[in-house]
Amino acid sequence: MKPLTRNQLAARIAHDIPEGAYVNLGIGAPTLIANFLPKDREIFLHSENGILGMGPAPPAGQEDWDLINAGKQPVTLLTGGAYFHHGDSFAMMRGGHLDICVLGAFQVSASGDLANWHTGEPDAIPAVGGAMDLAAGARQVFVMMDHMTKQGEAKIVERCTYPLTAARCVDRIYTDLAVLDVTERGLVVREMVEGLSFAELQRKTAAPLVQGQSQALP
Amino acid sequence: MIDKVFESAVAALRDVKDGATVMVGGFGTAGQPTELVDALIAHGARDLTIVNNNAGNGEVGLAALIKARRVKKIICSFPRQTDSYHFDAAYRAGGIELELVPQGNLACRIEAAGAGLGAIYSPTGFGTRLAEGKETRRIDGRDYVLEFPIHADFALIKAERGDRWGNLTYRKAARNFGPIMARAARCTVAQVAAVVALGALDPEIIVTPGIFVHRVVVARNS
Repeated sequence: MKPLTRNQLAARIAHDIPEGAYVNLGIGAPTLIANFLPKDREIFLHSENGILGMGPAPPAGQEDWDLINAGKQPVTLLTGGAYFHHGDSFAMMRGGHLDICVLGAFQVSASGDLANWHTGEPDAIPAVGGAMDLAAGARQVFVMMDHMTKQGEAKIVERCTYPLTAARCVDRIYTDLAVLDVTERGLVVREMVEGLSFAELQRKTAAPLVQGQSQALP
Repeated sequence: MIDKVFESAVAALRDVKDGATVMVGGFGTAGQPTELVDALIAHGARDLTIVNNNAGNGEVGLAALIKARRVKKIICSFPRQTDSYHFDAAYRAGGIELELVPQGNLACRIEAAGAGLGAIYSPTGFGTRLAEGKETRRIDGRDYVLEFPIHADFALIKAERGDRWGNLTYRKAARNFGPIMARAARCTVAQVAAVVALGALDPEIIVTPGIFVHRVVVARNS
């Protein structure tokens, strides 16, 4: 059994983003997805600081520091792209105009609660940015994360122990081991990496799983 | 003849009082009105409440204002960054109060102030610790948190071009909080890269009409 690499996982998620989708890729690993979006699809990337039609990073030496993404890295604007202020940008997010957002997570619960902004440590300086707005507002919320922590703890749990970003917001979880849908009947396993048994996946998950019509991942 | 153009940033901020609430535009350093913040530091006003998305980067602008211990409270969404060490130190020493607001709630609370609304119901943050103790309401099956407007005495923003009536255009993603903060303050001061003749800005592309802008300053390094 071989877990997916970050890039393989990003490519797997990119495959599920359809033509014409308005998409926000969260800071961190989800930004990798942009590198794998199929070239034959027109997909609109949104950046909450005020860009639609965001393009890749510029070549070295051509950075424009008035044109950065939500992670404050220099980006470019695709032909047909647009700039707008924060009121408009968060109306796009909160108002249900974004089709998909992909976010990283510390924990996701069986009912789709998301914890991704605060570890809960008392001396941590909290920062939330647009995470709560995306989680509450995008039509579909995808999570991209490792299946377990580096210490071997489950990140998919019955109830989140970290502070919530939003309740019941996650639709689909993509991990380095599996693809799971959050449904009325629980967490349904759609795909698993080759060589991983359902029982083994269940052991790595702290919430009950439902066996779907599982396919090989990727 | 109406001329909102001031000869210097210092002159444009001469009446900022101690204890004032000051909005500062920008997302990170994009759109941050560094020259105006430098003038605010030179002016010397203390016990300020600052509204910004972040809490300063490196040594410039807002970070320098925090380092100079002029900020009593900051209202922002994302204070902690790799180069927010002046805020981090002040916060850990108990020298600065933090009101953490989800970024979209920050935006719509600023918009509410500018639009004259008494409050707004936002879905963002419902059921989280950032909504603890706040009034909530279920409307059409969805849960909302009651959020109040953020008004300011001054808004300091960075725009691209302005004219003597205060009409403004912006540059790329540096626009971010500028247009909404301009509406939410009693006195909005815009630093621009250039002041152009009245009529030189195409009315179709003016983003912030002059009614929201009270003072304009040319910042040579913008």
